[in-house]
Parts: sequence; C-alpha cells; structure tokens
Amino acid sequence: MAKLLDKQRYKCALGAMQTVQAISRAIPILHSGPGCAQKLSDSIGSSGYFSPNIFPCTSINEKDVVFGGAKKLNSTIENALKVIDADLYVVLTGCIPEIVGDDTDEVVSRFADSDKPVIYASTAGFKGNNYKGHEQVIDAIIDQYLEKSDEKEKGLVNIWADVPYQDLFWLGNIRELENLIKELGLIPNTIFGYDRGIENIKKIPKAEFNLLVSPWVSVTNVKKMERKLGIPYLHYPTLPIGAYETSKFLREVGKFAGVDEEKVEDIINKHENYYYYLIERYADMFLETRVMAKQFSVVADAQYALGITKFLVNDLGLAPAKQFVVDDTPKKFQEEIRKEFENLNYGLKAEVSFETDGYKIHEDIRNHDYHGYPLILGSYYEKEVAEELFGHYLNISWPVQDKVVLDDFYVGYTGGIRLIEDIYSVAVQRWN
Amino acid sequence: MGINLDSSNVATRENRIGSITGYIGSLSDLANQSNCGTLKGCSRCFSQSSTCLSSCALGQLSAIRDIAIIHHGPSGCSVASANAYYLDKVMAKKRGVTNGTVYVGTDVNEKDTIFGSAESLKNIILEVNRRYSPKAIFVASSCTTGIIGEDIDSIVDEVKREINIPIVAVHCEGFKSRIWATGFDISDHAVLSSIVKPPKQKRNTINFKNFYESARPEIIEMFKNFDLKPIFLYCNSTVEELEHISESLATTCICGTLGNYLGNGLEEKYGVPYIRSINPLGIAGFEAWLREIGRVTDRTEAVEQYIAKQREKYIPQIEEVKKELKGLKAVLGMGPGYTFEVSRVLNELGIEVVWALAWHYDRKYENGDVPPSMEYLLENDIDFEASVADQQNYEVMNILNKYKPDLYLSRHPGSTVWAIKNGTPAVYVADEYMIFGYEHTLEFAHSILDSIHNRSFEKNLARRVKLPYTDWWYKQDVDSFLEEGKK
Repeated sequence: MAKLLDKQRYKCALGAMQTVQAISRAIPILHSGPGCAQKLSDSIGSSGYFSPNIFPCTSINEKDVVFGGAKKLNSTIENALKVIDADLYVVLTGCIPEIVGDDTDEVVSRFADSDKPVIYASTAGFKGNNYKGHEQVIDAIIDQYLEKSDEKEKGLVNIWADVPYQDLFWLGNIRELENLIKELGLIPNTIFGYDRGIENIKKIPKAEFNLLVSPWVSVTNVKKMERKLGIPYLHYPTLPIGAYETSKFLREVGKFAGVDEEKVEDIINKHENYYYYLIERYADMFLETRVMAKQFSVVADAQYALGITKFLVNDLGLAPAKQFVVDDTPKKFQEEIRKEFENLNYGLKAEVSFETDGYKIHEDIRNHDYHGYPLILGSYYEKEVAEELFGHYLNISWPVQDKVVLDDFYVGYTGGIRLIEDIYSVAVQRWN
Repeated sequence: MGINLDSSNVATRENRIGSITGYIGSLSDLANQSNCGTLKGCSRCFSQSSTCLSSCALGQLSAIRDIAIIHHGPSGCSVASANAYYLDKVMAKKRGVTNGTVYVGTDVNEKDTIFGSAESLKNIILEVNRRYSPKAIFVASSCTTGIIGEDIDSIVDEVKREINIPIVAVHCEGFKSRIWATGFDISDHAVLSSIVKPPKQKRNTINFKNFYESARPEIIEMFKNFDLKPIFLYCNSTVEELEHISESLATTCICGTLGNYLGNGLEEKYGVPYIRSINPLGIAGFEAWLREIGRVTDRTEAVEQYIAKQREKYIPQIEEVKKELKGLKAVLGMGPGYTFEVSRVLNELGIEVVWALAWHYDRKYENGDVPPSMEYLLENDIDFEASVADQQNYEVMNILNKYKPDLYLSRHPGSTVWAIKNGTPAVYVADEYMIFGYEHTLEFAHSILDSIHNRSFEKNLARRVKLPYTDWWYKQDVDSFLEEGKK
C-alpha cells in the first residue's frame, strides 16, 4: 500500500541500472520513460565508461502507452548492439511496459543468438526498491546467463556485498573484502568495479562457495545459486568494520573454508598489532574528547546500521542509542537482523527501528537523551537534526552530499581506521 | 494562445507550440520551415535516455519556500526529493533565509496499481499538512498513477474542503512529452492557476524567471538605476510573493524555454507585459533586452544612460579578449532557450559555430512568433549546421568526431565529460548567468580561453580511456536513426 515517504532513502527497482553499471562493460537498456535514468543516477562516480545519459532507452511516449512499446524495444536493442561496445546488455523494464503489458521477455528472446549476451530483468518501480532491483539483476544473470559447472576451481569464492552506488563505499569495500579473503589463501571472485566483469561472471559457477556479506540483500540470490548451480553459501550478516569484527569475520570464513586455524590467527595477529599500534597512539584523543557523548545513532540501510553499531560498541566502546534501518527491509529478515543488534559485547542490546518515514526518525532522535552531544551517522537528511542537537554528524548513507568518496572504504581493519579518522575529523573541530 | 487556467492539465509543447526533438539540417532551413509551417519533427528508432518532464516541473515548484510537494508514484519518481532537499537547504542558506519545503513520495507498489491508492493519498496529504503546515501543497502524478487512472483532481478537491491553503493537482506523467521543458509549463500553470491572485495595485517590480538566482545581488543593484525591483522566481520565492506577481510592471526571464509560459500567461490573464527580446546574454542580447525593458516600463532614458556607462567600461576589454578567440571553432549543445542565444554570443566573440544542437525546438512561441533568438541570427546572416536532439549523446559524439572543434559548450549535467573524453575542451555553461551582461560576457570569454589554454586534463584522460561507441557508429551519418523526413 502507498505510504508516506518522508525524506526518502532509496530508489525504485529500476535503480538497479546502477548495479548493471557497476559491472564493467555491462550496459542497461531501459524500457522506460525518457527520464528514469537521469532521475535514478547521482553524481557519485557514475560517469564511467558508460554513464546514465548514454544508456539506451525506449523513452516511452503516449503512443507507446496505448499501442505498446515492443517494436521500439526491438529497434533499441538491435541498434544498441551496433552502436555501443559492451560485453553484456541488460534490458530493464520500468513501470509503464509492465502496466500496459508489453511482452519484454519475448522481445529479448529474439536476441538469444546475438554475438553479445542480452538478458532481461523486471524492475518496474512499483515492484520494490533498488535493493530489490539489485537482486533482480543478479537473478537475471543466474537464470539467463549462467549454467551449472561440474568443474570447480579450488579455493575460488564468489563474494557478494551490498548495492553498488546506493552504497557510497561499494568499490573500496568489495576490494577490501577480496583482500581479506586472499589473505586466507582463497581466490576471491567478484563481478563489480574496475578490472572485473563478464569473465568474472563466467567464473561464478566454478566457485567452491558463495560468501554473502550483507544482513539481507542477495540472500535470495545465493539461495538460488545453491539450488540452480549447486554452490553452497556462507551468509555473514555483519559488514566487518574494525579489528574486533574483522577478526571474527576471518575466523568464521576460515572455518567455513577449512583454512588452518593457526594460519588464520597469524593473519589476525599481524593486523591487530598494527591496528592497535595506531589506536594506542590516538587512544587519548578518543577518551579525552570534551565534546562527544558516548551515545550514538546510525540512520542507514541494514548493512551500515548493523556494521557501524557493532564497530562502535564492540571496538570503540561507545553506547548504542536507538538505531534506524531505512532500507525497507523485508519483514521476514527483520527478526534475524534485530537479534544481531541485540548480540553485542557485555550483553548490550541496541534498540533498532525498521523505519522508512524520516519524520518519525527525526522525532525519535530529538526525543532521545544522548547524555551530551550525540554522534549521528546517517544520510544528508540527518545533518540538520544533528546540528539542532549540537551533535557530531557524518554522512555515510544515501543521500550523500557531504562527502566525496572515490575508492575509500570502511570494511576490514583499514576500513575501521578510516571510519575513526572520519568521525574524529568532525569531533576535533569543536572544543568545550 | 489560450492558456486555460480552469483545467489542471497542460497541453504538451508538441501539441501547443509544435515543438520537435528530431531534426538535422541547417539553422536557416530550420527557421524557414518553421516560418512556412512545414517543419515536422522526426522520431528515432534508437535513442539514449534523456530527462523526465516531472524533474523540471517539480524541480521548479520545490524551490518555492515552505510548500509541500507530494509526488504520487513509485519511489523512483520521488527520488528527486533528495536533491530538492539539498538544493533548498543550500540555496536558502546562501540567501540567508530558511526554507521548510518538503518533497515526499508515496512509494506506490504493485497492489496500488491494481486497487488504486486514493485513500492512502488523501491521508498522506492530510498528514503532510499536519506535520509541516505548508503554505501550499502540490500533488503530482507519475506515469504509473497516470496510466492506472488515479483521479488526483478529485482527491485534491476532496481535501480542499479540509485544508484551507492552495492545494494543486500537478499532472506530470513522464510519457506525456519528450520535451522535458513541458515540465516548466506545468509548474507555471500550477502557480498561475492556484497561487497568483488578481492585481490590487501596480508596483515597481519586474518578475524575473530564472533557475538559481546566482546574479541576484548585482541584478538588484542594476535595476535600482531604473527604480525597478526584481522578483526572482521560483528559487527561494514565497507563496506570498507569488500571489502578487500579477502586480508587476513586466515579466522577463533568463531563458525563453523556462519563462515563456509564465510570461505569456501573466500577460494574457493580467496584462503584465512579457519582454520578448533576445535574451540578456552577450552584448547585443543584453542591450536589446534592457532597451525592451526600458521601452515597456517607460524608462528608456535611464536605460540608455546605464548602457553608455557600461559600454565605456567593458567594450574595450571585450574587444581585447576577442583577438585571442578569433578563429576558434565550436560545437554546442543546449536547450533551445540557450543554443541560439549562445550561438549569437559566440559569433559576437569571433568564434565560429560549426554545429549547434538544441535539445528541442519550439517552432513558435505562445504568441505565434518564431523565437526572437532565431530571428536575430537569420537577420544577421548567421548560419550553421544545426540539429535537434533530446541530449542524444551518440549524435553529439559523432559530430565532435567529424568536426573536431576547438571547443564544445554544453549546459546539461553529464554532457561535457563526453567531449573531453573525445579530447575536445569543454565549457560547462551551467550557471544561467554565466554570459549575462557585459561583465559576465567578458568572464565567459576568459573562461573559454582558460579552457583551451590548458588542455592537460582532457588530454590525460582521453589518452587513457576508450570511448563506448563502436567504430561502425562513427562511420555512420549523424541522422542514421532518424525516421521520417530525413533531409
């Protein structure tokens, strides 16, 4: 049912065009209105080899609404193959063709024999948000492009994480996850970002397992791959940020992959030694800041709300106020995620609210006693309310206007240090 | 022209003023065909994405202070709210005012497309009103709610009984028109039909339609010379201000595409003269525009004095910089409110326009005339190859590749980067006042020089990147995908 989206924090399913764009040399072909791509893009590194303003688009008009847009879709795909040099063409449907009943599947099937693969994902805006759309695109790849492989590559692990572009740090994060997996002696395989692409997609069926690092996004994808491609999966719900959580992550992945325990501990020791060398040098600053209360709130998708809460509590020793998950997490995942928020060191539990109404979130923040100046990590919308409360504010979730990220990341040991740098770069600007 | 303020629906530019998005030929041919009524736009069998008219419509309205926009559609439609929130905050801060405008979505889902969501929408309107007490509420449709036949007019009528502020239905389905500028008309229509009140008294104000009022302080200063006060629309406008724009002495705009509907509407309904000169870009444009304002508001003498003083100061400097610009070749791509104006300025500066792209073309303006910028070029024997393409980047790249100009000028986000990847220096003419008046014309000339003097950035980048178009495409004619009426 329609609901009040006040301070909206996600896009519609067609936003999955950004998932396609994150795959090098893959291009979305939009069967949609003329302006959907422009609306769904933001200037956060989307001007790449392809950019939203060059995505082929049927630019549906009034006539197509009445008579159907199949013909236009056909000529758009046909000519996209001629004009644009890509490895993978992904047709995405917007709202209109799905309401008026265009048979997109049939049109796309006409291109089954073309030199380059053309696949199709149903991403009508009314079918869900861009987290859902992201899953639809990966499903389309599994269903329409991949086949089960009897041959497996030893140690090969597919890594899946949250939604590119929606996640400001997607590129840096996935690379750092790769690095961590590599250190365990495994061979990471990811499909997003620089120097990854169609060849990595082809390798997916050969992996020994899928590693999913996300509270809920892509759970359906890895389950589908288990069913269809026979790839088992490890679902690790917490984005590991900082030493405490990253060490936990390495132990669990190591155990799942059968990596020698001693080897895992050696890796952890090496990292933690350096990590705490840095922390030791700055511990006075953390302890003796005169301006920041111990309590914090994160307003973000499940990934960052959970990941940052665990980091700030289990690593930095801060106290969780209410946390807000704003990605419209499907009901069936909420209980599991809630349990993760309640599973913190020293029996601490963080209250979590699954809420998409920004007005209510801000009311909650205003009404909470943070016992001092709070730390608010959230979207650009939280800047004003944080200022109102004399709080410390960091823009870590969409929409983003207060931070430029090229390949920075918050994952892992190094990512934790980066997040600390960002938080205290804000805090040091004040004195009490 | 017939602006019908009794209906909440606005006819599209295609239907109202014969606007087109597909044409390739020359400027003179385009103008001649417009004059004799033979101009027919082409469609394309291959196109790249462009812009939604709702972005223009609601982008304009959401800049008004302390109002509410309720965008009834899936979350992708209302995603523009995030940027509107940001813009409202930073633009208000720049002016030293506050802006409590809210732009919300309704997250329409699959069930709503089957059963409708009139009741939810009604409750959302009431709740937004309760939360924020806005000065006006604009309830906008989307492709989805438009196609399923959600009757936002009736819902608006219903809540009007409960809420005592202007509540306006805004019909902005993206499929209605390929010309996103229709969205500007839609926003003007909403303001004209629901906010503007009949005049009670004349004031010495002039309505100034623009985008982001970057030149606001200097324009206020300039108009002081003529005892005129500009009212900038709609960025940071208040509802109260808008109520009174019928009392102004004239309406003008920085971009004909943007201001045409409001200007004509105010003239037709309330007799506020609309300044129909070429636009105040470049020297000829600025002078013609100011003189027309002088004529219409009976301030010719003061205007001439001002012009004489300014000429003395700036013309020698402009003449000086022109020496360095002479002989440069340029391609430009902009909305028609800018393309044919900037072409004139480039000509004025001694830069040769080899190809001009307009993102659309209005065959005639609301009053039936050919746009003044076109008229000026023709009268002055300025001709060049021209095309109309709704930001079709593959056509731009084909042209840049064939003509290899010294410079590409563009006005829309995401467009200049493609020129520089081609190795062509690019100037982003985003700020609508970038070429305003003598001073900014001079600045503009210098920015062109700065852009072409140091080509390191584009050279470094172009050396390392591959372009996404196939060799096949570069060998084709630009008009390969145009259907009907190829030249």
